[in-house]
Amino acid sequence: MSGTKNPGMMRTFLGRARGSGSARAGLDHWRAQRLTAIALLPLTIYFVISVLVLLGADQATMIAYMHKPWNAVLFLSLIASLFYHLHLGLQVVIEDYVQDSVRRVGTLLAMRGLVILFGVLAGYAVLKLAI
Amino acid sequence: MQDIRDASMRGRNTEGRMVARPLSPHLQVYKPQMSSTLSIFHRITGVFLGLGALLLSLWLACAAASAAAFAFAQGLVDTIFGMIVLFGFTVALFYHFANGIRHLAWDAGYGFELPEMYRTGYAVIAACVGLSVLVWIIGLVIG
Repeated sequence: MSGTKNPGMMRTFLGRARGSGSARAGLDHWRAQRLTAIALLPLTIYFVISVLVLLGADQATMIAYMHKPWNAVLFLSLIASLFYHLHLGLQVVIEDYVQDSVRRVGTLLAMRGLVILFGVLAGYAVLKLAI
Repeated sequence: MQDIRDASMRGRNTEGRMVARPLSPHLQVYKPQMSSTLSIFHRITGVFLGLGALLLSLWLACAAASAAAFAFAQGLVDTIFGMIVLFGFTVALFYHFANGIRHLAWDAGYGFELPEMYRTGYAVIAACVGLSVLVWIIGLVIG
């Protein structure tokens, strides 16, 4: 561990951990996955409650719901955290199962494109309902 | 690895023909356990919920598009098939949610002992079933 060579040197734990391991990368991915997961804990509870509140709704009800600033903001936060978390998760799945390096890069890029596209679609829809 | 042929698992048998070399069975013989089963289901529910996220996007897009488009989307959900799919997503969500908390506890350093792993595993299954049933009872009473 490079951080312990000079015990007097001031370094954060993250600073010490970055760059470790054979691949020299991946700590940021690991951390982002956990941070989005933690953000998604309350946001998921909010989402489930929203779904129950919006059961059988028509468009007018949806518009009224998203016009309330808290609902729009929480939904946008949910969408951002969810799609980032989804991207990180699918990335490791593809890295595990697609062995051919050319196919893997293509699959990862295609997945990222789709996730971003649907994420932006969801965000756009919420904004359109809210504004 | 001395010989590249090791990577492709090919070799010659005693008659000189190229054959696929035999591999040890693993998934076919390893007994499924709480650890491995819950782990793979975390991955499976994660990918399945990804599909759910795409459908959520489309549902929101219909709501933003027009009253007719949203009525159509809600109509699809209201069918027997729609309800089954929605229940599937509910179970997947609560499983991934509960097991996700278990993962976060592991990241913080708690719960690695074998008995603890089994206890928290059963708790995850119970929470998943319990929450799914509870939310659906609430939903059916309300709607």
